[in-house]
Amino acid sequence: MPASASPRGAHVELKEISKSFGGVRALAGVSLRIGRGSIHALVGENGAGKSTLGKIISGVLPPDRGELLVDGIPVHFHSPRAAMASGIVHIAQELSIVPALSVAENVLLGTEPRRAGFLRRRELRGRYEALARRVGFELPGEVSAGRLRTADQQKVEILRALNRDAGLIVMDEPTAALSRPDVITLHGIIRQLAGSGTTVVLVSHFLGEVLELADEVTILRDGHVVRTVQAAGQSEDSLLSAMLGRAVGAAFPARRPVPPDAPAVLSVAGLVAPGVAGVSLEVRAGEIVGLAGLVGAGRTELARAIYQAPRFALRDGIAMIPESRKEQGLLLGRPVYENVSLASLHQVSRGGLISRGKERQAVQRMLASLEIRTASQAAPAAALSGGNQQKLLFARMLLTTPRVLLADEPTRGVDLGAKRAIYELLTGLAASGLGVLLISSDIEEVLGLAHRVLVMRAGRIVAEFSGETATEAAVLGAAFGSAGKEAS
Amino acid sequence: MTDLTKAAGAAEAGDGSAGDQGAAGWLRRPAGLGGRLRRGAIVFPFAVLFITLSIASGPFLTKVNLLDILDQQASTLIIAAAGTLVLVAGGIDLSVGATYALAGVTAAHLALSEPPLVAIAAGIGVGLVVGAVNGVIATFFRINSLIATLAMSFVVSGLASLVTSGNLIIDYSRPSFGDLARWSFLGVYTSTWTMVVAVVALGVVLSRTTAGRYMYAAGSNAEAARLAGVRVQQVRLLTFVVSGGAAALGGVIDTSRVLSAQASNGQTTLTFTVLAGIVVGGTSILGGDGAIWRTVVGVLFIALIGNGSDLLGLNPLYDQIALGVILLLAVGADAWSRLRGSA
Repeated sequence: MPASASPRGAHVELKEISKSFGGVRALAGVSLRIGRGSIHALVGENGAGKSTLGKIISGVLPPDRGELLVDGIPVHFHSPRAAMASGIVHIAQELSIVPALSVAENVLLGTEPRRAGFLRRRELRGRYEALARRVGFELPGEVSAGRLRTADQQKVEILRALNRDAGLIVMDEPTAALSRPDVITLHGIIRQLAGSGTTVVLVSHFLGEVLELADEVTILRDGHVVRTVQAAGQSEDSLLSAMLGRAVGAAFPARRPVPPDAPAVLSVAGLVAPGVAGVSLEVRAGEIVGLAGLVGAGRTELARAIYQAPRFALRDGIAMIPESRKEQGLLLGRPVYENVSLASLHQVSRGGLISRGKERQAVQRMLASLEIRTASQAAPAAALSGGNQQKLLFARMLLTTPRVLLADEPTRGVDLGAKRAIYELLTGLAASGLGVLLISSDIEEVLGLAHRVLVMRAGRIVAEFSGETATEAAVLGAAFGSAGKEAS
Repeated sequence: MTDLTKAAGAAEAGDGSAGDQGAAGWLRRPAGLGGRLRRGAIVFPFAVLFITLSIASGPFLTKVNLLDILDQQASTLIIAAAGTLVLVAGGIDLSVGATYALAGVTAAHLALSEPPLVAIAAGIGVGLVVGAVNGVIATFFRINSLIATLAMSFVVSGLASLVTSGNLIIDYSRPSFGDLARWSFLGVYTSTWTMVVAVVALGVVLSRTTAGRYMYAAGSNAEAARLAGVRVQQVRLLTFVVSGGAAALGGVIDTSRVLSAQASNGQTTLTFTVLAGIVVGGTSILGGDGAIWRTVVGVLFIALIGNGSDLLGLNPLYDQIALGVILLLAVGADAWSRLRGSA
């Protein structure tokens, strides 16, 4: 299993690396070797742990357990800065340029030539131009970096890494935000880097890109290494089946068939919004419609567009569980009852005056029916476990008695037991006549719960599956689809 | 497989509830100890100070002295109660001192020629307008309320100076204007009664009404509140209007009390006294947490320090040092509890 086939010496070696986030395991005993001067790709489904692994290599995240060796010597990176000292630099999906500074200043940030605290501008420009010429980038050094296109900003990041004598660059989804010509440019740059001896760790979900660029590919699934293979001799299909191929994890509750005469509770026709390029769909009463697709395919954007004006959407019987429960959902410091009743205060108040008795009853009813475990109604939402916090958001929305529920990643960051409870909740809600639009990056979850699966790519619905045709391979194939090929 | 999953779920849930009951669980609970410290913190030192002063100073625990403290603090309490709404909803109002001055001089100026009620209404109306402008700038134009109200405080101060032309306005010829503050009912001045009514009303708004609930939500997590159908902008705007109105009411009451006003009344000293009272009371400067009763205790705590050192003949310079230290402790407790909450 280990990549002993690597012809080159190991630049970085990981031994039994584990990492958890608040009880959710992201990496479980990952071991791998990255050859010096190679392009090593990390692939896997959303949540498989590939980004986390990249961040551990570059010191952005410390591992919980395990050993990291650089050139055979054990290292402990407590910060990206420490990793930088060992010549390892991370280029994140979200770029970290300083928009107000010039390109040259960004590239030499932190290493500016200075004398007695004063910048030496001429030398700064000279050093920048020398570096850009060596790498072969044509970027004007005096332009402010904020005005560059994303691809050029990425070049700034790469130059910055090289200026720090980076021997290894971790790139997390470097082409996700790029147009096609820029993708080709960036691919050229990555090859050039490897050609000149720099090791590149490429985290990407574009399998075509991975096959085209990488020397070796490590496939991750649920925080484990499936295997590390030479990219030559692999195909998108072989990578895909390695990424899937797991025994069914959590069992899913039985779906109740949608009655044939069930009316549509949500009809969307030709919806165009930021990130949504003309979507039509229908959700019927009692139906769970799954929305699959890669991160950035427009699923969340679609939900946001349907739920654009929350007050009116709620009035029309549309409710939404947002993607990020901490950022968009919970009032963490506020008591449980305030969190639950927030969207339905009009039901328990008269003339703006809240009846605490009525509120307490309504909240208690919800806590009981959703089996939310909390010390009391007055406990702050922050004191609840992830699964119970998620259920608080369900309680808040269900108290508004909606007819449609848009659930965006409803099981993100909750443990297995709570996942199962949320599955039962969703199935039960549908059985009671609610229409559910389920967005999830966990394909197994979508397939296990939904009556019908819609696959989105680039803001459009590109495929629909139900019954026998709804398989992981079919859905993933449609989700990656030409996206993988476009990148090549 | 299914059974295993269920068992794991049950075990997990069991752990959670057991942890909450144990002492360690209580300590570990986010916003547990820290939150309690912040929420209840001010009551204990207030009680200690109150009892100490009662023992150390004969005149302290007398009806005259205590009513006098309340009367002197009437405008500060009204303004701080309204300011609590602003902070809870996630804003801050640095213009209350200037608004207090503008409303005072406006009322004093009009009282010279108009009936007292007109003068009072105009003074308060001016404050409501200032509050509305603050609110619109801070919400719909999305300018940080700290900066928006700081800028407005200069504008409003300037307007106050314009009204007075730099002079002291004296209403001694209009004693009926003084009834707003100086009329006595059951041995207590109307200024105190007005304060009690205003503070209780604001307390009810914050703790018992949908609007109050929305203020907490807006300050705690604006995006979550919006997605739950809360009109976050309008709610915040409302808090600024209330704050402006309260500052004006305070200014008009104090003008009525002394039957004179000048543009330099209140201003930054008042603004910061009000903020200090709110924060010492334990309302978070980051929004989403706070209560009117705590603000009342906070303001009175600061007042007791001044009153006590007067009665005991201490050097008033120590008041300020003590206040500064207490303020740091209050903000420190807030930051500490948040740190624990996020850990």
